[in-house]
Amino acid sequence: MVEMRMRDALREALREELLRDERVFLLGEDIGLYGGSYTVTKGLLDEFGAKRVIDTPIAESGIVGAGIGAAMAGMRPMVELMTINFSFLAMDQIVNNAAKLHYMSNGQINIPLVIRMASGGGSQLAATHSHSLEGMYAHFPGLRIVCPSNPADGKGLLKRAFRDDNTVIFIEHTANYSLKGEVPDDEDYLVEFGKATVVREGTDVTLIGYSGSVHQATRAATMLAEQEDVDAEVIDLRTLRPLDMDTVIASVKKTNRAVVVEDDWKFGGFGGELSAQIMEQAFDWLDAPVARVSGKDVPMPYNRNLEFAALPSEEDVVDAVLSMF
Amino acid sequence: MGGYVGRRPARHAFDLRGRVSAMTTEERRQLSDAPVPNYHLSERQLERMYYYMRLSRSLNERMMALQRQGRAAFVIAGAGQEAAQVGAAMALRPGVDWLAPYYRDLGMNIVLGMTAREAMLNELAKADDPNSFGRQMPAHWGSVSRKIVTQSSVVATQLLHATGIALGAKMRNDPIVVLTCCGEGSTSRGDFHEALNFAAIHKLPVIFYVQNNGYAISEPTVKEMPVEHVADRGQAYGIRGQVVDGMDVVAVYQTLRPAVELTRRGNGPFLIEAKCYRLWAHSSDDDDTRYRPRKELEEWALKDPVVVFRQRLLEDGMFAEEELAEIDELVTQEVRDAVEWAQQMPDPKPEDALGYVYREVQ
Ligand SMILES: Cc1ncc(C[n+]2csc(CCOP(=O)(O)OP(=O)(O)O)c2C)c(N)n1
Ligand SMILES: [Mg+2]
Repeated sequence: MVEMRMRDALREALREELLRDERVFLLGEDIGLYGGSYTVTKGLLDEFGAKRVIDTPIAESGIVGAGIGAAMAGMRPMVELMTINFSFLAMDQIVNNAAKLHYMSNGQINIPLVIRMASGGGSQLAATHSHSLEGMYAHFPGLRIVCPSNPADGKGLLKRAFRDDNTVIFIEHTANYSLKGEVPDDEDYLVEFGKATVVREGTDVTLIGYSGSVHQATRAATMLAEQEDVDAEVIDLRTLRPLDMDTVIASVKKTNRAVVVEDDWKFGGFGGELSAQIMEQAFDWLDAPVARVSGKDVPMPYNRNLEFAALPSEEDVVDAVLSMF
Repeated sequence: MGGYVGRRPARHAFDLRGRVSAMTTEERRQLSDAPVPNYHLSERQLERMYYYMRLSRSLNERMMALQRQGRAAFVIAGAGQEAAQVGAAMALRPGVDWLAPYYRDLGMNIVLGMTAREAMLNELAKADDPNSFGRQMPAHWGSVSRKIVTQSSVVATQLLHATGIALGAKMRNDPIVVLTCCGEGSTSRGDFHEALNFAAIHKLPVIFYVQNNGYAISEPTVKEMPVEHVADRGQAYGIRGQVVDGMDVVAVYQTLRPAVELTRRGNGPFLIEAKCYRLWAHSSDDDDTRYRPRKELEEWALKDPVVVFRQRLLEDGMFAEEELAEIDELVTQEVRDAVEWAQQMPDPKPEDALGYVYREVQ
């Protein structure tokens, strides 16, 4: 184990995969000399050269499309997009192509492509850099959706993504990049997709989060324990597709209450999917309707006061929990 | 640059807010409107050019200082591009022609009427910021009354909006011109190509103005495109492409002015590329020592458009040192006033986050 930050853990994963498999290469804006907007690819150009770490023109649809082509032809590319909002420019390539070509070709081709992108608010980057749309991508069959909350998972899941034969949307919360944690240095270390973790055990209520919201849920759980004598269990989903409902349902059957915590908008968000599945699978165990704590129904504003108002807070989670008793 | 031009008695009369319109009639009369032969510009225009460029730079400098002191969150500036911006915007008819700018275009906004105080409200994301009331990141310009179109952070998208504005104007027989700007790196995006093609097919009154400052964040132009001039791409769409020295405000004005009028008369779009240089890092979040050779920066710093223009005005005898120093001093005071005033203005309130998602029935 080595203590490192999320950005360094992700870099280690890329490094190890570049070393392991010569079909792996990286495409993205400012990923070379600059080392990427969040310095995840720092030093990789030096180590692997401009043939495998390629600075691209500003053309999101272009680089995702080229990544798809390279994947079709047997390569294992990774495309870095600066933010999830810019991935909209590549939406047709991601949704109409990467997610569907395997199906449309009746299994003749597959697209082993890793598309990394930053998401999440709290950094004053406003409405076209800050949204949390993991749930939107989870809507599309054919894509794997990965959203780590800590450095160890970041490394293990990213390495695992390169071994997948499908397109993986790998979403990194901007607030997590500097987060420190213990990370295994074993090069065979992988985190399997579709396995949630119980971050904190508890008996009274289940708080479900992913990516950045896991930390909010954990802080709320501490507040609940210290101030309200409520013992909350916290679950980190880690991947939304595949989704580990077994862990969620087992927890809900124990606590009889569930709160989904996410930065995303509530309307049509992933929390709706979770609460529907909890209802379908554990209705008789519920003592209260599933609650959802999420962002306000507005584009993310810039000013600190406004951004703060638009994002969910730990207090919102505590309030949601207390209202269930 | 041309030789000595006979000196005329010039008097500038900027007040603290620096608006030319604040001059008295008498003061206005003292400024000659006749073109100075060597420049094809009047003294008043030259003076305004210098003032606008100086103000744009000084505002950017103070914004960066505020950011370093932790009093502003983010700055993205136009340093090095003042000549390209001021010369181009002065070719427009303010309040008539439209501007679909990009984030570096502080200089253009100033020409079209933005005050130092407004610029500081925007930088500090204050409740009264007339661009977005604190909702957008700084430098996402927009003013309905000045016909400046607000834009997202996603580069090159405004080029399509400009095309649509021009289409509407053509349908209404409205004799306007739309100027839209982006950096050279942004011309790699499909939106750039789609906008040019559409505008060319319909001969729309739009000028695509690319400020080539040598970099797209860390990537030098050679990594963005294999051709030397963005302007050459115009040919592929049947659009006239022109290259201009974007460090020379007079050359920029003289290139844009006829293009604007030809476009207005129905001659179709132009693609104009101003060669300039980004003198600062990409933004306050960027560390350009990671990728930019110091020597290159030092060489370009000698061509600083604000410094060079000032020097030229002196050498050509257009203005005396005291006159330019007086403008510098007025700008300094204007910026100081704007900073002090804007800092004590209120921030938006949390509940201000909520409105205007939909237009509600009035
Ligand atoms: C579609 C899109 N991709 C990436 C970015 C991130 N980004 C912001 S500015 C910029 C560089 C733009 O370079 P250029 O067009 O040359 O303009 P400059 O900043 O040099 O003036 C990039 C890549 C963005 N805003 N939009
Ligand atoms: Mg540029």
